Amino acid sequence: MPLYETIFIARQDISSAQVDALADQFTAILGEQGGQVTKREYWGLRNLAYRIKKNRKGHYILFNVDAPPAAVSELERNMRLNEDVLRYLSIRVEEHEAGPSAVMQARNRGDDRRRDSYRDRDEALAVPGAEE
Amino acid sequence: MSDIGPSERGDRAERGERGDRGPRGGGGRRPFFRRRKSCPFSGPNAPKIDYKDVKLLQRFLSERGKIVPSRITAVSTKRQRELAQAIKRARYLGLLPFSLR
Repeated sequence: MPLYETIFIARQDISSAQVDALADQFTAILGEQGGQVTKREYWGLRNLAYRIKKNRKGHYILFNVDAPPAAVSELERNMRLNEDVLRYLSIRVEEHEAGPSAVMQARNRGDDRRRDSYRDRDEALAVPGAEE
Repeated sequence: MSDIGPSERGDRAERGERGDRGPRGGGGRRPFFRRRKSCPFSGPNAPKIDYKDVKLLQRFLSERGKIVPSRITAVSTKRQRELAQAIKRARYLGLLPFSLR
């Protein structure tokens, strides 16, 4: 079965318990269709870069999915119907990345040191054009 | 220098020109030569382009939130295509802005 990554953004004013229930519901849909969620990541309530359906924040949930294509389209259909879901994106990947995703790694490093680590990396890779 | 004549102006101009050339002439390098930078996504321990890696992608955005052209960042053509795709995915998910200010 092909592998997918699915991210969806839930409305800001539902609780994280409700988000969890929502994620369970979507996992069940995939299960019914003969697929499975190999990893679930909750990124928390993040600020959106711009307003989506009048929301400034959203709960982000990432699924690593191993399911037939029909199951994914069924999942997407349900996400479209659900009004708590602001946005979703399913992408087919060759392989799932092991361990936490980049977003989680950034969160675990802590908010205070975020600025510094950003600068360190900037220098290490030295990409010009930041001034432009 | 002194052969040209009594004109002090000409003298000064000549001296000025030489002064400009002085520091450059030493190395024998052309004035506007810049070493070609290598692609930041190739070679060992290069970062993987991932639409979820906001911090990485942000460095390839201008202040206004536009994708920086590869002629400035030296990203290879192939990687630039992947990078643009990743940035657009991140924008759709509200991880990156479409425009700033």
